[in-house]
Amino acid sequence: MSTAIQNGAAESTNEQTAAAPRTPVIELQNLSVRFGSREILKNLACSLGGRAIGLLGPNGAGKSTLINTLLGFYKPSSGSARVLGYDIRSETRSIRSLVGYMPENDAFISRMSAVSFVQMMAELSGLPPAAALERAHEALFCVGLAEARYREIGTYSLGMKQLAKLAQAIVHGPKLLILDEPTNGLDPSARQRMIRMIRDIRDSRQLQIVLCSHLLRDVEDTCEEVLILKQGRIAHYSNLEEERNANKRFLELETYGANGDFTEAIEKLGCECAVTANRLKMILADGIEIRDIYRLAAERDVRIRRLNFRRDTLEDIFLKAMES
Amino acid sequence: MAVYRRTYTSYAGALTPAWSRSLVLFRYARRNLFRSKLQTALFVLCFFYPLLCLMGIYLAHNLSFLERFGAANQIIKIDSKFFFIFISVQGALAFVLTAFVGPGLISPDIANGALPLYFCRPFSRAEYVLGKASVLAILLSQITWIPGLVLFVVQSSLAGPSWTWDHLWIAGSLIISSLIWIAILSLLAMALSAWVKWRVVAGALLLAVMFFGAGFAQAVNAVMRTQAGHFFNITYLMTTVWTSLFQLDSDRSITSGEAWVALLVYCGICLALLVRKVRAYEVVR
Repeated sequence: MSTAIQNGAAESTNEQTAAAPRTPVIELQNLSVRFGSREILKNLACSLGGRAIGLLGPNGAGKSTLINTLLGFYKPSSGSARVLGYDIRSETRSIRSLVGYMPENDAFISRMSAVSFVQMMAELSGLPPAAALERAHEALFCVGLAEARYREIGTYSLGMKQLAKLAQAIVHGPKLLILDEPTNGLDPSARQRMIRMIRDIRDSRQLQIVLCSHLLRDVEDTCEEVLILKQGRIAHYSNLEEERNANKRFLELETYGANGDFTEAIEKLGCECAVTANRLKMILADGIEIRDIYRLAAERDVRIRRLNFRRDTLEDIFLKAMES
Repeated sequence: MAVYRRTYTSYAGALTPAWSRSLVLFRYARRNLFRSKLQTALFVLCFFYPLLCLMGIYLAHNLSFLERFGAANQIIKIDSKFFFIFISVQGALAFVLTAFVGPGLISPDIANGALPLYFCRPFSRAEYVLGKASVLAILLSQITWIPGLVLFVVQSSLAGPSWTWDHLWIAGSLIISSLIWIAILSLLAMALSAWVKWRVVAGALLLAVMFFGAGFAQAVNAVMRTQAGHFFNITYLMTTVWTSLFQLDSDRSITSGEAWVALLVYCGICLALLVRKVRAYEVVR
């Protein structure tokens, strides 16, 4: 596969995955961004090519700065990046013509109906007025604002404004859709609708998505690849889709009386182990059965209180990345 | 219209040329502009004085009508001073119109965070400023140099070719004096609206720059016993330029060259303010 993290701090799982050539959506080449004396992004290097890429990280990790740099809003202090094969320093206009962007904060034009607003955005992207009007209606139907499309956006609720922002991002038929915190401020049902819509767009297979969020569930529900940023560096890369598809047997044990000896014995069987408090997570190696684990426990007088088949959630991955 | 398609579809049709994208802003801004009855009324009001001038030109060439009232044809003299007064009146109206229209061009976009939506498209900051400036430029042109040229053409047709050739420079003066005033007003209105963000405050600030600027200039002149205070008075600078363009005798305290330089400096400052503020996101260093 084309995804490869070259950051020293990064913990990469991609080497385990099979090679499948894909056109990279985003290629970061030692990208650094500096505002005055503060270095916000530090030497980022990776290549991402999935249908839906999640950009995760705590507040201030540099997610939005990375997106704004890719869109050409900020100039890199060193290094470079390519979006859909175009250089962010010299081919900003080409990138912007292929990208749809939904910003994090409130963004609308006052005293304008949703149809006019979305039509104008389509025209600015280069669509002729008649096509722009038709696409504006389609986009507003697509996001579920059909009934309210002649209302002024200033009168919309927060959830409706988010949907209008999504409509303007997809109206011109971009190849890449960048969503910055799309579920910000939404109630649970509105959030569900938004996530469902993002999944529908992703599954249409007509464009790729970069979703930037600090809400793990949003990313887990929609994305195939996850890039976790921490203090301006890549903390972790994970291909969720390939991990989901991999036929690995994940096991979580809750034990009493376990020590390093028990863990060592399991690892000797060829299983990968991770210990947290009195819990033991492992991936069973080929040919190893659960009875082998019970046997090892009995030999060492370790009591197994609970045993679940459970893979790492994105939360586990995220917390590990934050601890690293 | 294919509104029955509720799933996402890509677009593969033709695109408009890049140079035409600024006109999109002009079209939408103009549509919004004339939704306000007050602004529409003000715009219509701006054509009353040109109509009066038109009547004046007609009367000046209709000796029998004037003689009926016992007046000589010299009462209404159509010369450079006539056009200077015309441009001064229309210039004042252009300022009033700008105070209503100008602040609403950029400030709502900044206040509502709309700038990233413009600049994430193949649409540059220069095109944005150009598109917004074109709204004022075209609107103000319609009440300044375009009716001015119509008056000049009417006068030419009535006065004959010799008058036209002798006074052809007045047409140039009309255009240049209007364009510099339009440039100053547009840039000032946009810069203030970008800087202040609130439409009403930006409008008030525009009035303040003009009227308090004049007062401040007088105060500087009085306290410092100098004439340099006039550089703070934009209307004084503009009148100095107009006086020289229309070749009128004047006892201005500063030369037209100095006034030109000062006006260009004001334009430069406004452009610098726009460059600083018209961005997708402000960088906090």
